[in-house]
Amino acid sequence: MANSIKVRAKAKDGIVTVKALMSHPMETGLRKNSKTGKKIPAHYIKEVIAKVGGNTVMEVFWGTAVSKNPYLSFKYSGGEGDELTMSWVDNQGDSGTASVKVK
Amino acid sequence: MKRRTLLKTSLVTGVIASTGLLIPGRVLAAYPQAAFESKEVDGAISAAMGSSDYADSGDIKIKAPEIAENGAVVPIQITSSIAGTESISLIVANNPSPMAAIFNLHGSEAFASVRVKMIKTSDVIAVVKAGGSLHAARQEVKVTIGGCGG
Repeated sequence: MANSIKVRAKAKDGIVTVKALMSHPMETGLRKNSKTGKKIPAHYIKEVIAKVGGNTVMEVFWGTAVSKNPYLSFKYSGGEGDELTMSWVDNQGDSGTASVKVK
Repeated sequence: MKRRTLLKTSLVTGVIASTGLLIPGRVLAAYPQAAFESKEVDGAISAAMGSSDYADSGDIKIKAPEIAENGAVVPIQITSSIAGTESISLIVANNPSPMAAIFNLHGSEAFASVRVKMIKTSDVIAVVKAGGSLHAARQEVKVTIGGCGG
């Protein structure tokens, strides 16, 4: 999945604010297909990890309640030029990753 | 803060390395499946945190809309000013599975923001783990159109 995460990270006064938008259906497994009446299987992101230079700065676990095309924002102490890598894994074993330089 | 991060990181790395579980890119903590499958608020909290014994705290701020027109996308922001905040959990009390998200802070700031689905009007609960104890804050969000329909 190319371009499955869009990440923006900005540094201000030693704090980096990260905003990420992932492209994912986030199916709960409770919804039914309106044509066939069959349940749509659950398909959701379980884990999102953010790393800077190999060190984990944030680790997020998600359940099915997170909205489609999830948005995530967090802050960590860092600065301009940090190499931030974010990656996700879903319950069907798919994954995505993206790297940005903190501005 | 730096020292604590270093200690924590080296400790965790040491444990993983010594048990031979060091796979590149692997997550540090295990996914708390039981917490996300639990149908009850207290059950979900104890499955995730090992206890559902929490005290209400004014040091946790939840920023959420009072009325959400579309339950499929409800933006929630949580900030904790409790010293030593280790993790922030977000719970939507009336959802079929109340646990929505758990943020494990690794020396990062006690701030988390995410968008969640809400089936109907419900309390949104933020549970913060700090120094081995649990603190919570809640806010009601009224939902006009539920977010789980097909």
